[in-house]
Amino acid sequence: MDLSAINPVLLIASLMVAATPLLLAAIGELVVEKAGVLNLGVEGMMIIGAICGFAIAVESSSPLLGLIAAMIGGAVLSLLFAFLTQVALANQVASGLALTLFGLGLSALMGQSYVGVKPPAMAKLDLPILSDLPIIGPILFSHDPVLYFGIGLTAAIWALLKFSRIGLILRAVGENAEAAHALGYHVVRVRIMAILFGGACAGLGGAYISLIRVPQWTEGMTAGIGWIALALVVFASWKPWRVLLGAYLFGGINVLQLNLQAAGIAIPVEYLAMSPYLITILVLVIMSADKSRAPASLGKIFHASQ
Amino acid sequence: MIALEKRPQPSQAWSLLTPLVAVVITMIAGGLLFSALGKNPIEAIRTIFYDPLFGEFAFYYRPQLLVKGGPLILIAIGLSLGFRAGIWNIGAEGQYIVGAICGAGVGLAFYPTESAFIFPLMVMAGALGGWAWSMIPALLKVKFGTNEILVSLMLVYVAEQLLASMSLGLLKNPQGFGFPGSRNLQDYASAHNAEIIAGTGMHWGIVAAFIAVIMAYVLLNKHILGFNIRLTGEAPRAARFGGVNPTRLVVFCMGVSGALAGLAGLFEVSGPSGQISIDFNVGYGFTAIIVAFLGRLHPVGILLAGLLMALTYIGGEIAQGTLSLPAAAIQVFQGMLLFFLLVLDLLTNYRIRFGKKGIA
Amino acid sequence: MTETLLSINSLTKAYPGVVANDSVSFDIKEGEVHALLGENGAGKSTLVKMIYGLVKPDSGEMLWHGQPFAPAEPRAARATGVAMVFQHFSLFDALNVAENVALGMEDPPKMGDLAARIKSVSEAYGLPLDPFRTVGDLSAGERQRVEIIRCLLQDPKLLIMDEPTSVLTPQEVDILFETLRKLRAEGTSILYISHKLEEIRALCDQATILRLGKNVGSCVPAETSARQMAEMMVGDSLQTPTRTAQDGGEVILQVSSLSAASANPFGTRLKDISFSVKSGEILGLGGVAGNGQDELLAALSGELKTSSDVVQIRGTGVGHLGPNERRAIGTLAAPEERLGHAAAPNMSLVENALLTGAIRQSLTDRGFVNWKGATEFAEEIIEKFDVRTPGSDRAARALSGGNLQKFVIGREVLQNPDVLIVNQPTWGVDAAAAAAIRQSLLDLAANGAAIVVISQDLDELMEISDRFGALNEGRLSDVRPAAGLTIDEIGLMMGGAHGMEVAQVNQGDTAQEVPA
Repeated sequence: MDLSAINPVLLIASLMVAATPLLLAAIGELVVEKAGVLNLGVEGMMIIGAICGFAIAVESSSPLLGLIAAMIGGAVLSLLFAFLTQVALANQVASGLALTLFGLGLSALMGQSYVGVKPPAMAKLDLPILSDLPIIGPILFSHDPVLYFGIGLTAAIWALLKFSRIGLILRAVGENAEAAHALGYHVVRVRIMAILFGGACAGLGGAYISLIRVPQWTEGMTAGIGWIALALVVFASWKPWRVLLGAYLFGGINVLQLNLQAAGIAIPVEYLAMSPYLITILVLVIMSADKSRAPASLGKIFHASQ
Repeated sequence: MIALEKRPQPSQAWSLLTPLVAVVITMIAGGLLFSALGKNPIEAIRTIFYDPLFGEFAFYYRPQLLVKGGPLILIAIGLSLGFRAGIWNIGAEGQYIVGAICGAGVGLAFYPTESAFIFPLMVMAGALGGWAWSMIPALLKVKFGTNEILVSLMLVYVAEQLLASMSLGLLKNPQGFGFPGSRNLQDYASAHNAEIIAGTGMHWGIVAAFIAVIMAYVLLNKHILGFNIRLTGEAPRAARFGGVNPTRLVVFCMGVSGALAGLAGLFEVSGPSGQISIDFNVGYGFTAIIVAFLGRLHPVGILLAGLLMALTYIGGEIAQGTLSLPAAAIQVFQGMLLFFLLVLDLLTNYRIRFGKKGIA
Repeated sequence: MTETLLSINSLTKAYPGVVANDSVSFDIKEGEVHALLGENGAGKSTLVKMIYGLVKPDSGEMLWHGQPFAPAEPRAARATGVAMVFQHFSLFDALNVAENVALGMEDPPKMGDLAARIKSVSEAYGLPLDPFRTVGDLSAGERQRVEIIRCLLQDPKLLIMDEPTSVLTPQEVDILFETLRKLRAEGTSILYISHKLEEIRALCDQATILRLGKNVGSCVPAETSARQMAEMMVGDSLQTPTRTAQDGGEVILQVSSLSAASANPFGTRLKDISFSVKSGEILGLGGVAGNGQDELLAALSGELKTSSDVVQIRGTGVGHLGPNERRAIGTLAAPEERLGHAAAPNMSLVENALLTGAIRQSLTDRGFVNWKGATEFAEEIIEKFDVRTPGSDRAARALSGGNLQKFVIGREVLQNPDVLIVNQPTWGVDAAAAAAIRQSLLDLAANGAAIVVISQDLDELMEISDRFGALNEGRLSDVRPAAGLTIDEIGLMMGGAHGMEVAQVNQGDTAQEVPA
């Protein structure tokens, strides 16, 4: 075992990369849940995003087009969920599961001819002087643009929810759908928009894995990150900055366990690989004591009847 | 303008019809999918739904229906109890794996002793393993209010890693030339879950599945506990008023579903699969969720849905061979079935009105 | 002669199986307080929803200042100058007062400015409010103020108030009426919906009376007696309950220093509640909604467990027992919320009969359900309590509110309880059914049961209670004999006006309150 092989600067830089897909998916899901909808299909939307982004990036040789395609792919899949839960009034838990099962199958089908293909690389930020600074350079100024986008998105969602009218309406719909309806707000429309946004974010998160973090396509490559993103929203008590914190924490754990595997520590690989999931459970237990922050209408079916 | 209008009374007719209509629509949509993949849709549908039952090699495939349907039914019956009460055990796949590891572990511990007690002990160990794995989310839910969906799901990934560790380490076949995977229990008479009647596919797991269907039916329709399960799902507050202890109900429903999933794992590892290996699990725990919903969470419905889903597995394998239809296409097909079912479910509780009335 | 603000011409709205409004016509003049009077289910709510743009009429038209008025959605109605205070508040518990107000406005100013305006308007109308408090922490009366201020900030021409006093103490009602009179003086029209006749006589200039969806007459309330209005509203004579006062029975239910937290994060904590009820006695517990009624019922029914001796039945501590164990010893309860608490909406009446009847009616044998017995029990309830339903196999949600309430009360009464606790036994029930329910409670008491009736209907409590107490912020007032209590005394027991220092309450003059 050689722990000195673990370079702390690279560790921090790579944990930021590992955290980004989680962050993107969780921020999207946070908006969805703030609107009072529980979409358990994050994993399915991520994997669809991963393959859509990968396929389009390979075909067009443009990582950017790939990322856009991933967002569209995730949003289109989430539209299915929106139709099921908002129009057909289906149970949200069952519909979310259906989305995940369907997404995993569909992505495998779509990805058959892409196994083993190498995608075009995404350019990294390269600022003169700044990117070359020791320690700070690799940590702060040498990442891909999506990583910065994720942080910017967190700030934007925070401001939107806290200060804007749209954010207020979104929170009102999630808090008390009946009352929002009585005031004349379009509950279903707001929720569908939120679901689409969540789908696009999850799709982007998935493509980040297949195009930037790994980068290649394998079946089921999201490996539960979508589910961890759901747990992260609970961990964050529905607060955007705490989602960021949580994502970096989980990213850190994941990178650390991978580094420990590589360093040949005496713990078997399988047990290290379990650790992110076990820690997710632990965090859920700690955070579940305080439920009061959850949007009050979360997961409830709304139908504007008399 | 199309508007939805809540029915005063849930429609019995639609409740029975929706699964059938969903299957038909899925066949149509599936046909479109298959033709998009460049296959002849009619041939594909025939290969999947007709050939396994009535085709040239039906004598081989028909027993497979039981082999594949058994674990699906067994797991889905357990899940349906919880789903009815609003308790979402999504981690049956993990409980299935742990049940298999525990059951096989007990069997392998006795190797090569032959005794009639070994198999019953394995059955108990399998049920206990699945039960114990499901008790983690159950107890965390009742003690701390932790979301059982996420915890049970996380435990699937943990169980998969545990499975890998077991097939590479503790349970690895010492005479396996270094290949991962345990000894084959099919070669160990005392631990082998053999066919009860040769050539029918009927093994103890299928028997257990049928018993589970009957027990669940009696429980839900004749027993106060089943009434309490349904009541909790319909109106949790009324259930507490009716004296239902939610804690006990969570522990019961999670425990039963975990134990049944564990049993399914044990019967599979000691029978059709034969050994613990890295890819021992094939997603029965997840497909069983579809089976439970397709069967309307009703025991008899689950029995039929399990057999139907088994048919798509078998038909899918045939189509893979003869039409080179990708394996994932069947997964998509199963997912679509669940979608259509959920959409059509609407008709049980709502009616659709055309025209201007009832705009809200 | 003042001008007509809103003219309603033969509005009709039908729902499957019921015509909610059948060519209703009337006019609201400028600066008029117009009462819309009718029993529950008479179609008042549907009518105002059409004015507010939440529901579209099937036929008929409305004219606003003589111009056609057909709001497609509440936004359009608000833009025209219609504002509405809802019966069940359209508020968001987790948001603060200012955010709640902003949601009801088309173009809210910046939060800081809005908060300042809320403060000034609320003080101008004698309804003090802190804009940054979380709404979930407010009392019912304060929550209503949020709604009213939300409306006032839009300078409405027509303010619709749907049963505004059902959540207020008598003192708070007086404050509200002052505010409404002030608005009228400023030229605002008010459409005031109620079934409380004395209130309407005190406040309204004109009244339109609805019965079964039809306009059955109009009157000037000040010139019409309550009795005349009641006859128009109900259409037939009522059976008044006959109270045979019992005396000197043994104490059956004894509650001592009951303190307990609510299961609901925005619920009310019960604080040091003590009382006792004798055999044959009815204890009436009044109080504004949300002051611990649900929690008290839960503590008595066994849904909320306490330490053993806090709740005693015939001297035996039962506080630690669950609902079914209490049923076994004859303590039964009927909660307020019919659908979802007292009954499971999607389950049949037979299953709902089993819900609470399993123990005392011996409907299970070693856990196996005797469905035949349960069906017989359900049919007995349906027959004896005149529940109108095609059969016992119907889902509970298919019944009308009054019929389901009769079923729920009948289910408990027919099990011959020693102790019965009911919350809002006649809420939303038509007058005839309400009278029948009250009579069944009186009969039960006459047979020696100890009964606790929790209700927000003071008339009802005065009619059937032997003794009266009121819940206020989780505390119970002194329990006093009901006979001879004045409305002011009752109001004080209910806690006076929440969040205000009320001057000279004893004289019944509450117009000169100072903001707290």
